[in-house]
Amino acid sequence: MTVRDPGLQPERTRLAWRRTTLAATVAAVLAGKSALREGPGVTALVVCALCCGLWLGFLAVAHRRIRALSGSVPPQAFTPRHASTAALCTIALAVCAAALVF
Amino acid sequence: MCGWGVRGAGSVGGVIEFVRNVRLWFAPARIEEEGVTPDYRFSLANERTFLAWLRTSLALIGGGFAVDQFLPDLRWEWRAGLALGLLAAGVLCALRSVNHWVRCERAMRRGEDLPVSRFPALLSIGVALVALAMVVVVLAGWES
Repeated sequence: MTVRDPGLQPERTRLAWRRTTLAATVAAVLAGKSALREGPGVTALVVCALCCGLWLGFLAVAHRRIRALSGSVPPQAFTPRHASTAALCTIALAVCAAALVF
Repeated sequence: MCGWGVRGAGSVGGVIEFVRNVRLWFAPARIEEEGVTPDYRFSLANERTFLAWLRTSLALIGGGFAVDQFLPDLRWEWRAGLALGLLAAGVLCALRSVNHWVRCERAMRRGEDLPVSRFPALLSIGVALVALAMVVVVLAGWES
């Protein structure tokens, strides 16, 4: 780290990523609980595994970004690819939820 | 009805604009060609706004799961309707978060004003309607 940013912008952004990961974890736990409500059937396990995979995907994006933000100042730019991956994980989780409702 | 529709609600222009933005989501190089790179602090603030919207989206999706799970005595139509309403709001919120992030980033590069949006107002009306429906359904005891 070369310069210290007095506004602590990278730290704040890093914490925002942590909060978002926490929210994703809560949603994934609710998804798992929902999937396994009627006992462990094949469908339930598949949906559960899918939700775990989506959660891991989200975690990977967050981890990569947190690493980038703890490096140099100014940090690397946030790319649209990362933004869309994070959003797509969220959307896929919602699709799993919709499938579980039926 | 979302951020991209502001310029011409329901018009073809809005749709074309949205498709153009979707292409930008996956082509990071193209956004970097335009204008000048803004102060990194503004970009980080934009990123935090994106994350805040994504958290809102995750909370709505969590709410959808919760309705499905913690109101088992509710009639199926009501349970599914409320859950799907919350989930749809979550999906819209996630889509809009990326789109708004791209638009803000581009506006900063070009030195334009930040885009305005009626999405927050629409979302709050939608959430209020779902909450109201939930109160009515639970209080009136329209259970199976």
